[in-house]
Amino acid sequence: MPKIIVEVMPKADLLDPQGKAVANALHRAGNKDIAAVRIGKRIELHYDRPVNESDLENARRLGASFLSNDVIEDVVNVHVEN
Amino acid sequence: MKIGVVTFPGTLDDRDAARAVRLAGAEVVNLWHADADLRRVDAVVLPGGFSYGDYLRCGAIAAQAPVTREIVKQAAKGLPVLGICNGFQVLVEAHLLPGGLIRNEHQHFICRDQKLRVENVDTAWTNQFELGQEITIPLKNGEGGYVATKDELARLEGEGLVTFRYLDGNPNGSMNDIAGLRNERGNVVGLMPHPEHAVEAGFGPDTNAAMRSGVDGLLFFKSVLNALVNA
Repeated sequence: MPKIIVEVMPKADLLDPQGKAVANALHRAGNKDIAAVRIGKRIELHYDRPVNESDLENARRLGASFLSNDVIEDVVNVHVEN
Repeated sequence: MKIGVVTFPGTLDDRDAARAVRLAGAEVVNLWHADADLRRVDAVVLPGGFSYGDYLRCGAIAAQAPVTREIVKQAAKGLPVLGICNGFQVLVEAHLLPGGLIRNEHQHFICRDQKLRVENVDTAWTNQFELGQEITIPLKNGEGGYVATKDELARLEGEGLVTFRYLDGNPNGSMNDIAGLRNERGNVVGLMPHPEHAVEAGFGPDTNAAMRSGVDGLLFFKSVLNALVNA
């Protein structure tokens, strides 16, 4: 099934409490070399037909307007997976 | 006067908000998330709790709901709108107010009576307060950290749009201790703490006078009635 993947990350200069909590747990488990963890979202848009350039354009638009909030997040990648 | 109180899937405080509206002396009209008809209300309250599981981001899906789209249209024409907690998050996601709300800096849900300073009284929802008045109303949230870009923050401060600021310690890491905001016109106000839980003696925050006697929240709802009468 063709899908468009939209990846969203919290902005680099904002605190990511989820990533921080996971980093703390990893450190407790002995993973001392992992300096930091940041956690974002991978959103899959599934299609029942082949996707085209206009679908990708639409996904980029949705990524910027609805799937992310540009005050707190960045869309870091939008791509097609077949 | 008719004040609409919106219920989304997951809203918790709609009944408290409705009670606050009644105690202030207005008629309550229950509004449903899937219904774009605002039933000719004079003002709208978006209450707290959660909405649509708070999936994607708090308030993000609610911001797309039929009732919210209509509220956005009417707010542009001056309809008074108050967003409380999740309702504030909905207002931000619907772009009626700028910025965003992220998980509390300390990563814990917080629930306590919170002291605030009223920073702006030229709004539909704060005109019965004194400028600089210190009030106490409950705060209860997991994602109440207010953030905005540096430019946006400077604009909010410069134009006096910060309406409430946390006192006696910042409970969630909000930039500039911001607890609540207004829009340029003053008809839209959003805040994280809960005025609707401080409207009736016996059920509000403790005060020096007596336990649970705090009713500072009632003035939000009396303010909107005052604004509507004088409109």
